[in-house]
Amino acid sequence: MAVSRLVWILASVLIVLPLRGMADDQKPDSKAGIRFFEAKIRPILVKHCYECHSAKSDKPESGLRLDSRRGIRTGGDRGPAIVPGSPEKSLLLTAVSHTDPDLKMPPRKRRLPDTVIADLRRWIKIGAPDSRDELTAARGAIQKAGRDAWAYQPPVKSAVPHIDDSDWPRQDVDHFVLATLRKHELLPSPDAELSTLLRRLHFDLVGLPPDLHVIDRFSRRATAKGVDVALASEVDELLASPQFGERWGRHWLDVARFAESSGKDANISFPYAWRYRDYVIDCLNADVPYDRFLVEQLAGDLLPYESPQERARLLIATGFLAIGTKNLEEMNPIQFVADIVDEQIDTVTRAVIASSVSCARCHEHKFDAFSMRDYYALAGIFASTKTYFGTAIAPANRVGGDPLPLPLDAGLPVFHRSIPTARVKKLKAEMAALRKEGQEGRAAVLKAIEAGKDPSGLFTLRDALRIFWRTGAIEGQLEKVDADGKALPLAMGVLDRESIQDVPLLQRGEIAQPGEIVPRAFPEIFNRNLSKSIPKDSSGRLELAHWLTNPQHPLTARVIVNRIWKHVFGAGLVPTVDDFGATGQPPSHPELLDYLAVRFVEKRWSVKSMIRELVLSRTYRQASTHRQAAFQSDPENRFLWRVSKRRLEAEAIRDAMLAVSGGIDLARPEASLVGRVIGDRPISIIGLDKRLPKDLDGTVHRSVYLPVIRDRLPDVLELFDFAQSSFVTGTREHTNVPTQALYLMNSPFVQQRAAALAERVRSEAGGDSKTRVRHIFRLCFSRLPDAQEEARALKFLASDSEPTRASDNLDDRADVLISFCQAILSTAEFRNLD
Amino acid sequence: MPYDRTNAGPLLSDGYVAWPPGPSSHNRLSNVVRRDTGQGPMLRESAVLESRSSRRAALKSLASGFGYLAFASLAQDAAARAANKSDSELAPKPTHFAPRAKRVIFLCMNGGPSHVDLFDHKPLLTKNSGNELSKSGPKLLRSPFKFARHGESGLWFSDVCPHVAKHADDICMIHSMQTDLPNHSQAFIQMHTGSFQFTRPSIGAWTIYGLGTENTDLPGFITLNPPADKGGARNYGTSFLPSIFQATKIGTNQIPGFYAKLLGVDEEPGPPLKNIRNSQLSERRQREQLDLIRDLNAIKLERDVYHPEIEGAIESFELAFRMQRAVPDLLDLKTEPKSMLKSYGVGSGLPTDRFGRQCLLARRLVEAGVRFVELTAPIGWDHHFLLKDNLTESCVATDQPVAALLADLKQRDMLKDTLVIWAGEFGRTPYAQSGTGRDHNNKGYSIWMSGGGVRGGTSYGATDDFGHKAVENPVHIHDWHATILHLLGLDHERLTFNYAGRDFRLTDVYGEVVKGIIA
Repeated sequence: MAVSRLVWILASVLIVLPLRGMADDQKPDSKAGIRFFEAKIRPILVKHCYECHSAKSDKPESGLRLDSRRGIRTGGDRGPAIVPGSPEKSLLLTAVSHTDPDLKMPPRKRRLPDTVIADLRRWIKIGAPDSRDELTAARGAIQKAGRDAWAYQPPVKSAVPHIDDSDWPRQDVDHFVLATLRKHELLPSPDAELSTLLRRLHFDLVGLPPDLHVIDRFSRRATAKGVDVALASEVDELLASPQFGERWGRHWLDVARFAESSGKDANISFPYAWRYRDYVIDCLNADVPYDRFLVEQLAGDLLPYESPQERARLLIATGFLAIGTKNLEEMNPIQFVADIVDEQIDTVTRAVIASSVSCARCHEHKFDAFSMRDYYALAGIFASTKTYFGTAIAPANRVGGDPLPLPLDAGLPVFHRSIPTARVKKLKAEMAALRKEGQEGRAAVLKAIEAGKDPSGLFTLRDALRIFWRTGAIEGQLEKVDADGKALPLAMGVLDRESIQDVPLLQRGEIAQPGEIVPRAFPEIFNRNLSKSIPKDSSGRLELAHWLTNPQHPLTARVIVNRIWKHVFGAGLVPTVDDFGATGQPPSHPELLDYLAVRFVEKRWSVKSMIRELVLSRTYRQASTHRQAAFQSDPENRFLWRVSKRRLEAEAIRDAMLAVSGGIDLARPEASLVGRVIGDRPISIIGLDKRLPKDLDGTVHRSVYLPVIRDRLPDVLELFDFAQSSFVTGTREHTNVPTQALYLMNSPFVQQRAAALAERVRSEAGGDSKTRVRHIFRLCFSRLPDAQEEARALKFLASDSEPTRASDNLDDRADVLISFCQAILSTAEFRNLD
Repeated sequence: MPYDRTNAGPLLSDGYVAWPPGPSSHNRLSNVVRRDTGQGPMLRESAVLESRSSRRAALKSLASGFGYLAFASLAQDAAARAANKSDSELAPKPTHFAPRAKRVIFLCMNGGPSHVDLFDHKPLLTKNSGNELSKSGPKLLRSPFKFARHGESGLWFSDVCPHVAKHADDICMIHSMQTDLPNHSQAFIQMHTGSFQFTRPSIGAWTIYGLGTENTDLPGFITLNPPADKGGARNYGTSFLPSIFQATKIGTNQIPGFYAKLLGVDEEPGPPLKNIRNSQLSERRQREQLDLIRDLNAIKLERDVYHPEIEGAIESFELAFRMQRAVPDLLDLKTEPKSMLKSYGVGSGLPTDRFGRQCLLARRLVEAGVRFVELTAPIGWDHHFLLKDNLTESCVATDQPVAALLADLKQRDMLKDTLVIWAGEFGRTPYAQSGTGRDHNNKGYSIWMSGGGVRGGTSYGATDDFGHKAVENPVHIHDWHATILHLLGLDHERLTFNYAGRDFRLTDVYGEVVKGIIA
């Protein structure tokens, strides 16, 4: 078993190494000592000494290595560098003190600060505690353990555990779950009530509460044909509805760090990003196999196509690589590209294989299996790729990015304006004039300098900036239209560059420190004949995509199956859904995870089939009721003795308010607020735009279509823990704070929904308070109130008719009903699932 | 574990932790059990007793609207405590050692103020003006302002900040600041979070994580008019710390100076805090509504037996309700006497109006028990061109309000334990850029602090003869952060948070407390 092997290796590292440390000088370093070393001494040594005195330098100066506990004690040609306990006998201290003219370290540099020297003295005095040998050795073992870790072994489809004494299981999943529960002396929970189950199912699959007629239909079917049949037909209907893609597409958009602006300091809007959003939703609805879905997003531009529509779709798919944050203030173009490449590597590896390769940009990984070579091998692939993000140069934006033109004959809607043909000509002429002016100005300055004259005033910085900004703005306008000024269909995405290149390894990740050239390739740890070689004349993205989606790849299927599991059950079998590496957590049900991963690939990577299998399990059907004994044994519910209670996501909360109040528009809106209205602009000035609603909402469409602007989200998304849209977010944060309460209590949106709900109830349930209360409970909670709730509700509604009220007119009565409806929308139950 | 968590505060014997309403809203949180932040067992035996009858009694009193009870600590297990973390992490926490400052007002001078024109007096710069800094390097530019010594301490100020100069003896000037990069966004983010490369918690969030709050009617960390650019929310965010430590933002984003000028707008702060008022219900009716919400939540909680999300919801609605009362009054500057408004320079049309309002508001917030208030000057300091005019303009807008804040705090005897920080993300070069301005300089620049245990009338560290590089006692951002935490009674090496298996701290592996500025 891979897992037990890992445990064994880790255990041996933990047990054996301290013993080895003790053999060295008989007594282990104190924790405080190690802390002091790690905090004070190690950084000094790394910064000032390793350059010449470590394994890193080919031939350590004077044979002295200071990068290990042994090395610093053994010393070099002159003898030990330190004598623990005796600072005055330690050459290291002599050297850094600059007291001996023949031994001054660091050489040819100013003496280290007194505080630093004092720290070194103190460190030697307390016996020079040093954690490095342990760490270095541990690192080797862990890297080996890393290679042997469960996540890097191909998944094995083990036999379904045999359960013959229970009719509880419905799916194979249930056999695994029940076997694990029994192993931990736990029992599954009874089935949830039908109304609870139906509400859970609807929110989980489509992100909306069930309509009243659906509740009735479901209970009729369950009575007539049994729960299994009723559930199966309900699930099939939900999976087939367009709302499914809107719900589950959003889960992928979290992972894909989808957003409609560049983020960071410049934060310029991305007016074409919405096309990628719609692409993802459509893929989920069409159940595009996950392997194909990935290949399209990584290399759609390199795939064959049969129609302009298909070509457009495949180009839009590559938006995945283009929608990340961009540091548009960066003035060094090489740095800018290096940062984009880094962002792409980070996103692809975290999203698809839940691994962080990006840390190897600057240094070798301490605890993970990826090397700097791995990183720069991948970097060559993305450096050979051009990213089209389409922001024009402006005073707030020093980096222009081309938009990606889509086929004209694909019949796609375009939301930016055309410009008159005459204006196109005028702009082109202006551009030519500006370029000429710039060239002439620079030439004049050069000429003056050559002639030994003062060039100041000939062509100032101000002139240069004026030309830079103006030409940028003109380019921004021209690249959106054809030669006649007709607006072009545009997207964000990538294409291969004309020059394909391998890149050098950068020391410390600094672009000024290039080292050896690393050929484009895939991380070595997985080199189990998965990879085809990368052709010379293409970036290698297509090969990367095929490598990732090779059925033998140990991570890709496991990672997505775990993500699906997380959205069905609230937590992944591997709880750290974005981290399957050494810092992540192991799976609670390793055999089940493998079984599902293999099955997923066998069933042609169908996301819908996987979801169907999970929600039709008996495990999913359990109640969420608290059971004290089980809770004490497994408080986090890792073994699934119940279904965990969950708070709904921001989108589901808002959509539910729209749905129960009868106001939701389920049609897909055109583009997004960014694409339609905001366009290509710095986000910091959109507050001035009177056309934009203050909460950036103002619609009754589903929340997945709200604008996703980095650092400027619509209120409801901002307040209810929307994904951190700057990086891969497999698990959203979860907060419970007063600003959320203020939104529910006082925001116009919630007040409007409450009024609409009251209106609906008055027309659907007549004038009787009891009927109204029951109607509202069924709409909002998919259940009837219990006696206590009903009594409390009626008491509230009756307060209206108290004689002390000044007014007894109908409006005032309506106010109480609205207030009641708002209270219901504000209850914890409304935004939580049982 | 960053804290000694054994002294958890009084518990009621039946296992419930009371959070009774009282006439004074201060320190209510001290009655609430602190929870573990996620790792390691932290059992409190007295907290785990569960009794159905006491639960019913509590619910009954709840449903009758008699008082407010927090349903905390029903769990028997640390994992369960971690699940419900939002409510009690704000409780005041013991410091590592006696604090010198109890609260912070951070006056953020966005853009990089020119230290050689404000505080760092360099006679040799004046003398060598026009000469090259180094061979064929850019030309040195003398300050257009006159410097003089002020107060008994004799600290140097230029004549462009006459008001603050009057407080010389309360000010500790650090002349040897250093930050890693001379770029706005990176330096701005590093100033706030210690790291420009990675998203990390802001210093305000670390402070609340370390100290908790003083007033449960208000958030612990408030930021006034933070810029939307230069990292935006990252500068007051929590990153991996629990999000309850994030700043509450008051006031809409200001428009970056460039656009404000370009578009000819001078945007006033918008509605101070969204959704703070109810436009439809009287307070009585809203209270009735909230009683209904609370009772329905309580009934649900009773049914669910254990459900941290609902416990948290009950608490957050009550705090929100209290905030509605406390916050608008607090934000209403009309209650201040005219003389006070005048001293801060508040008045329509006055150049000091906007920053004067912010400074006055900051004083009101800390006085009300907000732990960390940051305010960003509504005018920038990025003077690449026409330094003389533009720097004068920035000083006119901020000098009087800042001086008024110092005087006001002192007069209220609050300066002694309120740390006031005046700092930008870097300074400016002693040499000229485009003839009339200065470029960014991260190698040596000045900031100042006042009150809260710093030594007034002190000048610490020094730059070279021209103000270009710190040469004496350099203070890096990490050292500065370590010092601020130290003044608050927190050891920057012990204030850690375990995230993804690693203990993180504000100062990463760096930082040394600058002892020389501590009184």
